[in-house]
Amino acid sequence: MKAQDDATLISARGLVKKYGDFVAVDHIDFEVAAGQAFGFLGPNGAGKSSTMRMIGCVSPPSGGTLRILGLDPVRDGPRIRAQLGVVPQQDTLDLELTVRENLIVYGRYFGLPRSVLRSRADELLDFVQLADRANDKVEPLSGGMKRRLTIARALINEPRLLLLDEPTTGLDPQARHVVWDRLFRLKQQGVTLVLTTHYMDEAEQLCDELVVMDKGRIIARGSPWQLIERYSTRDVVELRFPLGENESVAPRIDGLAERIDVLPDRLLVYTHDGDACLAAVHARGLTPVASLVRRSTLEDVFLRLTGRSLID
Amino acid sequence: MAATRAASGGFSASRMWRCYRYWVTGYRRTWRGSVVSTAVNPVLYLAAMGVGLGSLIRAAPGSAELSYLQFIAPGLVAATAMQVAAIEATYPVLASVKWIRTYHAMLATPLSVADVFVGHLLWVLTRVAMSAAFYLAAVAAFGGIRSVFAVAAVPISLLVGAAFAAPIAAFAVVQEHDNGFSALQRFVIVPMFLFSGTFFAVSQLPSWIRPLAYLTPLWHGVALTRDATTGILEDGGWPMVVVHLSFLIGCAAVGSVVAARNFRHRLVE
Ligand SMILES: Nc1ncnc2c1ncn2[C@@H]1O[C@H](COP(=O)(O)OP(=O)(O)OP(=O)(O)O)[C@@H](O)[C@H]1O
Ligand SMILES: [Mg+2]
Repeated sequence: MKAQDDATLISARGLVKKYGDFVAVDHIDFEVAAGQAFGFLGPNGAGKSSTMRMIGCVSPPSGGTLRILGLDPVRDGPRIRAQLGVVPQQDTLDLELTVRENLIVYGRYFGLPRSVLRSRADELLDFVQLADRANDKVEPLSGGMKRRLTIARALINEPRLLLLDEPTTGLDPQARHVVWDRLFRLKQQGVTLVLTTHYMDEAEQLCDELVVMDKGRIIARGSPWQLIERYSTRDVVELRFPLGENESVAPRIDGLAERIDVLPDRLLVYTHDGDACLAAVHARGLTPVASLVRRSTLEDVFLRLTGRSLID
Repeated sequence: MAATRAASGGFSASRMWRCYRYWVTGYRRTWRGSVVSTAVNPVLYLAAMGVGLGSLIRAAPGSAELSYLQFIAPGLVAATAMQVAAIEATYPVLASVKWIRTYHAMLATPLSVADVFVGHLLWVLTRVAMSAAFYLAAVAAFGGIRSVFAVAAVPISLLVGAAFAAPIAAFAVVQEHDNGFSALQRFVIVPMFLFSGTFFAVSQLPSWIRPLAYLTPLWHGVALTRDATTGILEDGGWPMVVVHLSFLIGCAAVGSVVAARNFRHRLVE
């Protein structure tokens, strides 16, 4: 193996995770560079959290090699974890303690002195806009507030590398934007972010590089725009015809587009020039009830790569 | 399994201490709730069993010089150590695995599985020592102590606590529900409480059942505690003391090894 590049914080080669006989992560390779925001996308059960737990040094790899901050997660777990911030998929806040105590107690696990923790806790509560709840118990907080507290808690040790497993799932749009803004600021401060998400807009906004996982394997990788370029077209035309006619109309648009998806309620027409395509549809005498020309998004890529149905 | 063991990150006393401090912090917030049972129970038991019932009863042949209160007081102290261990090593352990997931929070930081296990066990023993010391004070107030060696009852209680807490934690950490804990109470803790020489000498049980009582850690704990609070060595003298100590240390040691293994299996997925 070639020498560890200083700027590479995480490198995985042929990484495998098995639970008994079940292979949850199946020989994946990836590298995360310092300062990057790196995203894992994939449907439920794809193996994202299993990968995140291996990176977080709480779950030993079943095969392959994994280096984090230049260290071996199996041998140097405590040393690596001292430099990580972890936002797990499932909250692990202490419901009996107050918001502020949660930060201080957690900071103590890192061996940080109370005087340092007190001032950091106050800064972090400001940072995630929870300062006014500092002395409330955690139990009655809303889901979004708990999530923000978990993020604040993950920052108590000023980590170099922040692992976020679905940081904004269950948050309202305002709270999500607050989190995005905070993550963006952290990135600007030089913190490396590794995150999983089911929100394509989140991935598009935050991530420099993405991998799409499915059934334990990486099926695509690249920057958001590279993925769109490679797996979708520039534009998408959405057409709605009266109920039941979508199927029969589809063959008549053939040739006007790179690809057509027939959904129960509409047709998605993938093309490099949406306006021209829509004009051509009209020219063929077709009159959709509604039509829309838009840019391709990561969501189009994701659905193309991982399929639209739940059972496959 | 080799990977699982290595990935558990070894053990460090200073990291373990951070985990212990967590439990202290939590207790500082909730101790008021438990203080009533810690304080009131001994007084109730000693008054009812020792003073009330004691006026009617001879506890054991050959114990003529002991009042009934002096006979049961050490039994109650040792049994308290067992009961505190059985509570503190069950619900809080499962809560930290499943409900509140405290262990998972700790394991995302530099703390290792061994740090987390030992830190929590040490806290359980702290609670045992607190309760045993309080009980002993209550016993003294009721006149249930005959010897200055009674102070040894606190370290003995710690040993009894460890003999129960370690195997019980091993059991608790692999549970999915708390149903098992009420079964543990009903079929293990309560029978031991009643039949391990606490309220009457095991020699008064039918001979065929006695060996069963001798195999319970509580019997060994009660016997040692009674030696201490009465200042009278039982039949068998010092060799018997060594047997009791060895049995309790054995339970604690085997329990700890199994518990450490179970913690690893449960927490390192
Ligand atoms: N501790 C475990 N024991 C056994 N199987 C597990 C365990 N953890 C995960 N799995 C299985 O491994 C597979 C991948 O799970 P994982 O949690 O990594 O998926 P994910 O991509 O994070 O999914 P989601 O988007 O739903 O969070 C799933 O089939 C899951 O059932
Ligand atoms: Mg997941």
